[in-house]
Amino acid sequence: MKAAVLRFPGSNCDQDAHLALRESGVDVDYVWHKDTSLGGADLIVVPGGFSYGDYLRCGAIARFSPIMPAVKDAAKGGALVLGICNGFQILCEAGLLPGALIRNRDLHFICEHVRVRVENYETPWTNAAVTGSVLRIPIAHGEGSYTADDATLRDLNRNRQILLRYVDARGAVSPEANPNGSLENIAGICNAARNVFGLMPHPERACDPRLGSADGRIIFQSVLTHLGVRAAA
Amino acid sequence: MKAKVIVMPKQSILDPQGVAVRDAVQHHGLPAVKAVRVGKMIEMELDGAFSEDQLHEICRDLLSNPVIEDYQLIVE
Repeated sequence: MKAAVLRFPGSNCDQDAHLALRESGVDVDYVWHKDTSLGGADLIVVPGGFSYGDYLRCGAIARFSPIMPAVKDAAKGGALVLGICNGFQILCEAGLLPGALIRNRDLHFICEHVRVRVENYETPWTNAAVTGSVLRIPIAHGEGSYTADDATLRDLNRNRQILLRYVDARGAVSPEANPNGSLENIAGICNAARNVFGLMPHPERACDPRLGSADGRIIFQSVLTHLGVRAAA
Repeated sequence: MKAKVIVMPKQSILDPQGVAVRDAVQHHGLPAVKAVRVGKMIEMELDGAFSEDQLHEICRDLLSNPVIEDYQLIVE
């Protein structure tokens, strides 16, 4: 399998995503935002950071980068597209995922480990987990409060597109466990076809126990399993 | 010619910035201010041919996000 990690001016989690994939044994390349081809990648990662300085709105300008038509085509063709943090914001702005991410409820930039519960394991992104299992993954964002209109929220629930929710130490969804005011504690969603996934937590920063958690590997392991690749030991 | 675009968070969307500003205004001795919403204004200078439709298109596609914001276009 081949993976592509996009780079926008202001991306700053591209190297972490590249490393996490490389250490999983994936053939991975960077793709500059001014390129127009993804080189046939099976997995496209839109990494975290502050693309275009977050000017106007987070992800609003990146969405019009020359590479984005290729990302849309690839998504339409069934390739896996993963948006992490700013990448999630970009995918929402691009219309590849429904809803939007707005300023955190308490206006603070939050950088801490949180717990997220896997809500649906029957996806390319979560098949290595068990529904109900709780992952410890860091978040680092100022605009991560997920919002959508009622109809969108109903569809997300009905189609089981909500893949991760913020939970407390007991694994329960509670207002206290919601770091940023996201609707229904939503931390990550996928599209109806399941091949586009966006999440605010950073799984690529949680792939080594020395950094506090290796739970992020479960996301990458799921992708490898889905694509029929055996992960490097 | 100038075009002004006022972008505001939709009524249905929580505006935590507006709430914080309202609290500060009240704290500054103006309890009569009951609600504040914070948006932005974008000013564009125009020279050459354009249509109002094109301006609306750019307002919808780039300058605002219709999921969370409403805009108002004023061409002067």
